[in-house]
Amino acid sequence: MLPLVLDSLSFGINGKTIIDRVSVEIGAGPRTIILGPNGAGKSVLMRLCHGLLKPTSGSIAWRGAANGRNRQAMVFQRPVMLRRSALANVIYGLELAGVSPRESDLRARDVLDAVGLAGIADRPARVLSGGEQQKLALARAWALGPEVLFLDEPTANLDPGAMRDVETIIGQIRAGGTKIVMTTHNLGQAKRVGDEILFLSQGRLVERTPVDQFFVKPESAEADAFIRGELPWS
Amino acid sequence: MYEILTALDEARRLIVGVDSKLAEIVLLSLRVSLTAVLLASLIGLPLGAAIAVSRFPGRQTLIVVLNALMGLPPVVVGLVVYLLLSRAGPLGQFGILFTPAAMVVAQTILIFPIVAALSRQVIEDAWQEYRDQLRSLGAGPIASALTLLWDTRFSLVTIVLAGFGRAAAEVGAVIIVGGNIDGVTRVMTTAIALETSKGDLPLALGLGVILITLVLALNAAAYWVKDTAQRRYG
Repeated sequence: MLPLVLDSLSFGINGKTIIDRVSVEIGAGPRTIILGPNGAGKSVLMRLCHGLLKPTSGSIAWRGAANGRNRQAMVFQRPVMLRRSALANVIYGLELAGVSPRESDLRARDVLDAVGLAGIADRPARVLSGGEQQKLALARAWALGPEVLFLDEPTANLDPGAMRDVETIIGQIRAGGTKIVMTTHNLGQAKRVGDEILFLSQGRLVERTPVDQFFVKPESAEADAFIRGELPWS
Repeated sequence: MYEILTALDEARRLIVGVDSKLAEIVLLSLRVSLTAVLLASLIGLPLGAAIAVSRFPGRQTLIVVLNALMGLPPVVVGLVVYLLLSRAGPLGQFGILFTPAAMVVAQTILIFPIVAALSRQVIEDAWQEYRDQLRSLGAGPIASALTLLWDTRFSLVTIVLAGFGRAAAEVGAVIIVGGNIDGVTRVMTTAIALETSKGDLPLALGLGVILITLVLALNAAAYWVKDTAQRRYG
């Protein structure tokens, strides 16, 4: 279904502009990191791309062949676990996507195994730790075999150990051919996980640069200020 | 004081000895109120879930009306159902006035707003948390409503039991549409009213003790279910 083409995309609420005429083409391949200060509109942009919000003006289009189903998934900053077992949470997503119960069960077990949660498949999902829940959320998204995976600050609430695990899983998902689009606050993580940076400031897309270049020689003054301000804490 | 003690002792004897008249009244009460709460839940839970996940013109008015209906005076419900079911009324041809069926109808009308309004609140709170995740996984309105009903099941149990408590304890509606006919439509509350006015305190007190014990036991059960489930499932 890629590339994803945004054309002069804007979103506002109560007269306040949050996303301001963003035009960009996101293709298969490089891992895309959406970076920017708080309130820049990173999460909103991602929700627009995923279809959870409707643009005020402009357009979002998937230009590639869709092969029937809408093959995109999203993992949120705070995972929402259904009040049932970890395994049932993964199966839930698969059955909604039209996979048969038998096949869902097999696939769910495989993917839980892949993220290291096979041992707690039957535990109620809502009593798992924050890190386990986020891994489960990744498993639930991964099981759907998405062509594009949106990740909205997936490690913002996690300790360093869980963050490493999540980054490893993202790497595995990427290795399976899934396009990664992620927002993060953490510049170190942006370097580790990303190939290119889309830098947002006040709802506008101010630059798009490969990661190597972004941190050494950003094109925009906004990004330069952001990196200087943020680096000491990254 | 002595009279009360004698009456209490007599009441104890009726309960322990499983007095047949007393048992008949208790069983009819349970049959009527449990049927009413079942019907009220079949209407109220889906209605609450539907209102929680949908947006339509007049929704707020509907919510206000439902909330207001929670405080319906039982005698007024009794009166309205009486008028509907009486021989000259629009539903007179069914001839169910002064039968347990009429009592079930009245109690269902009395408690379905409680079930609908409270479940709407609980499910809407959950919907705020779940909405983006469920939409991301591709759940439509009906799938979302069903998921939320299941995920809020422990809170809904409490709501249904609150409805049962109200049905079992009210006297105004059942006395009007049932008529308090001995052996046919006499339930705990109407019997207490009658026996007290006749001066037969032991039977009235025995029924009162059973009624209070029942309501206490139900609330204890509801608390236990919710507490245990919440600890197990989060």
